[in-house]
Amino acid sequence: MSSAETKAEAARTRSAWLLSLPALVVLVFAASGPLLIVLAYSFLTPGQYGNVVWDFDLSGWIGILYTKDIFDGTWGLADAHLTIFWRSVKLSLMTTAITFAVGFPTAWFIATRPAKQRAFWLFLITIPFWTNLLIRTVAINEVIRNEGLLNTSLIWLGVISEPIRIIYTDTAVLIGMAYVYLPLMVLPLFAAIDRFDMRLLEAGYDLYASRLRVLRRVILPIVKPGIIAGSILVFVPSLGAYVTPRVLGGGKNMMIGNFIELQFGQGRNWPLGAALSMTLLVVVMVALLVYVRAANKGDNPHG
Amino acid sequence: MTETPIAIEARNAVKSFGQGAVAVRALDDVSVQIRRGEFFTLLGPSGCGKTTLLRLIAGFETPTSGQILLGGEDITHLPPNKRPVNTVFQSYALFPHLSVAQNIAFGLEMQNRPRAEVAATVARMLALVQLEPMANRKTSQLSGGQQQRVALARALAPTPKVLLLDEPLSALDLKLRKEMQIELKRLQQETGITFVFVTHDQEEALTMSDRIAVMSAGHIQQVGSPRDIYTRPANRFVASFIGETNFLTGTSDGTRVVLGNGAAVDVTAPKGPVTLAIRPEQVRIAGVDGGGMPATVASTVYFGTDTHLHLTLSDGTAVVARQQSPAAGGIDAPKGAQVGITLPTDALQVLGE
Ligand SMILES: Nc1ncnc2c1ncn2[C@@H]1O[C@H](COP(=O)(O)OP(=O)(O)O)[C@@H](O)[C@H]1O
Ligand SMILES: [Mg+2]
Repeated sequence: MSSAETKAEAARTRSAWLLSLPALVVLVFAASGPLLIVLAYSFLTPGQYGNVVWDFDLSGWIGILYTKDIFDGTWGLADAHLTIFWRSVKLSLMTTAITFAVGFPTAWFIATRPAKQRAFWLFLITIPFWTNLLIRTVAINEVIRNEGLLNTSLIWLGVISEPIRIIYTDTAVLIGMAYVYLPLMVLPLFAAIDRFDMRLLEAGYDLYASRLRVLRRVILPIVKPGIIAGSILVFVPSLGAYVTPRVLGGGKNMMIGNFIELQFGQGRNWPLGAALSMTLLVVVMVALLVYVRAANKGDNPHG
Repeated sequence: MTETPIAIEARNAVKSFGQGAVAVRALDDVSVQIRRGEFFTLLGPSGCGKTTLLRLIAGFETPTSGQILLGGEDITHLPPNKRPVNTVFQSYALFPHLSVAQNIAFGLEMQNRPRAEVAATVARMLALVQLEPMANRKTSQLSGGQQQRVALARALAPTPKVLLLDEPLSALDLKLRKEMQIELKRLQQETGITFVFVTHDQEEALTMSDRIAVMSAGHIQQVGSPRDIYTRPANRFVASFIGETNFLTGTSDGTRVVLGNGAAVDVTAPKGPVTLAIRPEQVRIAGVDGGGMPATVASTVYFGTDTHLHLTLSDGTAVVARQQSPAAGGIDAPKGAQVGITLPTDALQVLGE
């Protein structure tokens, strides 16, 4: 190859880089910029009225698990924080389980409709997306509160005499999140079931499998990519949910999202809020990796 | 002589799809007995109800009326997973998430057979269909012929009483199809399992089967050995569907039939108008002026060792005669030649409608 050709080649490479520069700049600043700022803030000292003072301090990170006693200044394990973390994980896992339990039959129903009707059912599933999240959550509030639709109907029907208290409990948060995130479970499940070859059901029955075993040994393993995608799409935003626990859980039943918001608001502890955000990010990423690994392990024959 | 026991039987089976005016009668009062250990073929044109009959036997459909019996026992309402009957599906329907060996093991595992037995049977099946090196492959990595063999091994592994095969070879190219025909026949003989094989290919049916049921429009037209069906077709449909046939109409006086061209043949038939059938290879060309019924050669079609002569009788009836090509010793009768033909009495079949 002549040196002229090499030069032309190099020039082309350079101009390609130059052309993609704007995109790279946007990517760097929009994606990693804020993250880096959050990371930096987590190592700083909280300012008196919010904000940060540019002094290196690990108390944000320590504050995730420990609190300083306001009287003697000693550090002790923060039970309240652990309760919030545990509630967040528990509610997110339960939300994922509930949306799967409701979403799977729903997705199956839609996927087995005649092709013409499917668009209609999918449209119904996506309708809630057209409304603001806050409004949807307030609507749920309207249904489940003490004088709400559910309790008044049940009392009117004579099933109960006193309203059942759901609002401002973990159950309320769970109902709200399951409702809000259900479409995120149904859509990937539908895509997977839609690709499923229904003739395999007959092959399963023909080879002595009961209905339950056809479900466990044929359907679930084949639609697994859809289950994984749906679970991730529901679990991740559930863990960081903010609006739903705020509106339906009242002030008390906080989840991590509310707890982080608190640090940037009334708590005036930006480094702690930043450290919590980073922790959430890392925990979610590690959890996803472990989950996807574990879910794919069964695929490997004799593995 | 003791009768071979009956493996599976359909008694007055009727199957309708849909209701009222749009109802389709896919099977209309079908009764058939399939003997234990035989290679039984359902042969008929597309849409005649072959798959429907197979699905009634497998249990995927229940008959609108009538019964299905397995070894004399009524299984009409037994679900497919409770029937000792397995199917080789036209589309193979292999499990894409399982390896070849796991596919073959599936039925055995669902029957809760002991692990050691499952492993031994899978190994035996892999050897039977010559797929040992492929045991751990995914089924999507196999060729069509190999997938076909996995489907066979999977269905044979639980040693069913009856194996159902719905046009299993139709997706294969000609050469592979011929190989698989031999392979299937070998598997059936080695395992001794009753095979119910569906095809619309008459040649496939004739070469492979012990007995054939010819179906059309939801009815069984005739059941018999390939030789019976070919040489003694029961009616016009069977005669025309299996191989090539000449039809000649005439009038019977009980012992003689007078044909349209005035010639008479000594055939016993009910009095009145009758249809006679004769295969092209049984039409004798007596020679260019050797007597017999006069006929004109309308055209000739050369097939190598054989030549088909398309002849016209004096009343205009078309008759095809197959004879050896002149090079192989046949008579040289070019287009336009006048020949005489004879129709051997024992080759003439009287057809019911
Ligand atoms: N599930 C069904 N619903 C409606 N009609 C059907 C169904 N299955 C088969 N048929 C009809 O029954 C007839 C026989 O079909 P089938 O048994 O598949 O024929 P073959 O296998 O001989 O081609 C056809 O007219 C077909 O359209
Ligand atoms: Mg068919």
